[in-house]
Amino acid sequence: MTRYRANQTLTSIVLYGICFFVTLLVLVPLYISVTGGAKSMGQLLSQPLNLPIPLEITQYSNLLTGKVGGYWRALGNSMIVAGLSVLVALAVCGAAAFALARMRFRLNALIYNYFLLGLLFPLAVAILPLYLQIRRLGLLDRYWGVVLPQVAFQVPFLVLLLRGFFKTIPHELEDATQIDGYGPLGFLWFIVVPLSTPILATSAVLMLVVSWNNFFLPLLVFNKEIQFTLPLGVMQFQGQYMTGWNLVLGYLTLAMIPAVLLFIFAQRYIVAGLASGAVKG
Amino acid sequence: MKTNARAASLPTLILLIGPAFVLFTVLVVAPVVQAAIYSLYKWNGMGPLVDFRGLQNFKNLLADPVFQKALWHNVLIVIVSLGIEIPMALGLALIIGRSDFKLAVFFRTFFFLPYVLSEVITGVMWQFIYHPQYGLVRAIWLFFSPGTQPPILLADPKLTLWMIMIVIVWKYFGLHMTILIAGLQNIPQELREAARIDGASRSQANRYVILPLLRTTIQLSVFFSIIGSFQVFDVVWAMGKGDPVNAAETMVTYLYKFGLQRLSIGYGSAVALTIFVICLAFSIFYQRTVARERD
Repeated sequence: MTRYRANQTLTSIVLYGICFFVTLLVLVPLYISVTGGAKSMGQLLSQPLNLPIPLEITQYSNLLTGKVGGYWRALGNSMIVAGLSVLVALAVCGAAAFALARMRFRLNALIYNYFLLGLLFPLAVAILPLYLQIRRLGLLDRYWGVVLPQVAFQVPFLVLLLRGFFKTIPHELEDATQIDGYGPLGFLWFIVVPLSTPILATSAVLMLVVSWNNFFLPLLVFNKEIQFTLPLGVMQFQGQYMTGWNLVLGYLTLAMIPAVLLFIFAQRYIVAGLASGAVKG
Repeated sequence: MKTNARAASLPTLILLIGPAFVLFTVLVVAPVVQAAIYSLYKWNGMGPLVDFRGLQNFKNLLADPVFQKALWHNVLIVIVSLGIEIPMALGLALIIGRSDFKLAVFFRTFFFLPYVLSEVITGVMWQFIYHPQYGLVRAIWLFFSPGTQPPILLADPKLTLWMIMIVIVWKYFGLHMTILIAGLQNIPQELREAARIDGASRSQANRYVILPLLRTTIQLSVFFSIIGSFQVFDVVWAMGKGDPVNAAETMVTYLYKFGLQRLSIGYGSAVALTIFVICLAFSIFYQRTVARERD
């Protein structure tokens, strides 16, 4: 029995050891980036793993006051693009999913399957004609040129996700709103939307993450620095300050902060979205 | 049973479904169809589409050593994802997916963190880790074997792709772990307990009870991972645009360089279509064989 115990303890130690080691692998690059932004070039060279002592805050202060780079502008652009994308995605996909989940009409199944077809199309396949299409629509160098295509590519998954949830809302509630004299839109607005906050939040967060990290599409659509989102800003900044790695790390760190904050506050919703995808898929 | 679904009026339907339908048709379906058409022409995106070439683009493409290299790199990325990333994710999911594992939430949070960072940020950050002068890898190398010459990692064509793969694993293992944990949580805890009571060891319970039940989720993870591996772009682009000498070229970086930078829309569309066909062929193969064994 004691031997069994000892074995158990040993296993536990190994398992925890593995987990802490992997945690370290995840955190060290982030640590290097955060501290590197507060070191001088000399410190970067001689003390790669040390804490930044003495603290060299010039990089962060220059970046934050806008003396170098366009951090705030890139952050603002990312927020505008992400905000618009989330609003459009929720409105458009929510409405379509509602109709497909709760309404009887002849083409229902056909339209639903048509949307699902989109799950097979990766962005890369469509990218060249999409670029021409965006140009033809006059959306190059405009926020909408990124927003609309990236929402369009999320339509299949979001419709799938939302339709599944909308179907679970009891019919009695729908009858009740009908008796109260509301049409389908009244039911959607007064019953479905309030009841669906968790799934709407999940959809919003998924769209937000896609938009925030999108690089390919903004790379095509935005040619002017003034519209660059954070990923483009990072690339551009690194190209510009090739040798000033402490400055680049500072920019990286600042660019990471919003995503990390979002992650801390919305992890629940991100995980819920992935899980529902995993379970239904 | 009476269905309560409403018989809908046409204007309501158009109002509700119209926007999604138009958006999806104009910006997803139409471009895919256009890519298929353009792939048969030589065209730079300006002027009329007249120079019909049949399958010539595809022939040129498949004969181009750079494309062959890119395709091979994608295959290698698939192999590494399936051979390292997924087993790692599965192992960690089995460790921390258990209800009695303390600090599970803590570990789960940190393992998932890299997934929310953008690929570009991740790529540039790792460029620094690999940096021949300042990088952490150099420091570690010199700590263990002082006085020797540390390898130059990203600039060495023999190593570039492997260095990028480490970053891909770093970024995505947590995603797969999270998906697998979600699958694990759907398996009733009693099954594991029953196996343990019957005398199975922890690893036996995992192997004979949990893994078979987790199969659908594992398959899904594998599927995502393969489709994703064929489309790798951002990380590679942020870590040197597929260079030096195409050492880390992937099919999508190739597509970008030929299709967009040189505006060979026809040729680029052939590349896009080839990527699509590979993914599609794979999904069909996958559905027919691996996924069907379940029944």
